[in-house]
Amino acid sequence: MGKGREKKVGIISCSGEECVEGTISRVATRLVLGKLRPNETVTICLPLFLAGGREEREFTRDYPTITVDGCDKMCAKIATERYSGKPASSIVVTDILKNWQCPRLSSRRKLNDETLAVTRKVADRIAEEVDEVLRHWV
Amino acid sequence: MNQPTQKKVIVIPCSGIGKAFGSISRDATYEVTEKLRIDTTQTICLALLVSGDEESLQLVRNNKCVTVDGCPLQCAEKNVKLAGGNLVGSLRVIDVYKENRHLKPRSVTFLDPDGQQMALKLAERIAEKVDDLLGGQ
Repeated sequence: MGKGREKKVGIISCSGEECVEGTISRVATRLVLGKLRPNETVTICLPLFLAGGREEREFTRDYPTITVDGCDKMCAKIATERYSGKPASSIVVTDILKNWQCPRLSSRRKLNDETLAVTRKVADRIAEEVDEVLRHWV
Repeated sequence: MNQPTQKKVIVIPCSGIGKAFGSISRDATYEVTEKLRIDTTQTICLALLVSGDEESLQLVRNNKCVTVDGCPLQCAEKNVKLAGGNLVGSLRVIDVYKENRHLKPRSVTFLDPDGQQMALKLAERIAEKVDDLLGGQ
């Protein structure tokens, strides 16, 4: 999986401008990158990846990825599978929110305290997946 | 996604996740579509468009589009062109920055005050562009 290179996991979040779950996926990804697992993770701009960004596609071919999608259209997961192979793990925010007791979510632009708390839980979940991927690093 | 019943200007930010300018492009787009020109504009997910979603393709082909890019790669502009969209305007965060060099946006996840201020300035510019386009219909 890692081919002996530095241990890094790519987290590919959907861009999700249309719904609050997209914002949750992006912000949760940023929290993992910036706070929870800053040394173990990198991210990739999904539209750049989709448009054929060479470095982005090379990275996703050589390193494990975790996709984080806001909705069931799963742009990040489908694109990763199409251009670089099966992601090590896939998270769909709308799916995991079904299993949690969630407050009414805020607007897509500004997350209120309750939605931010949900976002932090999503970030924790991504971080757990990162740890799992690193545990099985070959 | 809701197809507009009347023609709207589709404002498409770049979706950048790694830098403050990407967040500014998105926030400026929300300011326009949710506050400044709520009845005449709409946004879409760039990634969904690039994935080939038919509804998104029809939307950008049948309405005027303005892209808002955060970095020199200009993913939004390039991808709307590739999708055969009716691209009538391209704005860049860097151009607003050049005119407001005293602003130093740094935070990516949640915009800091300088980033918010730059987003508002960019939003005003997008709104002006929308007015120009609709005035010419």
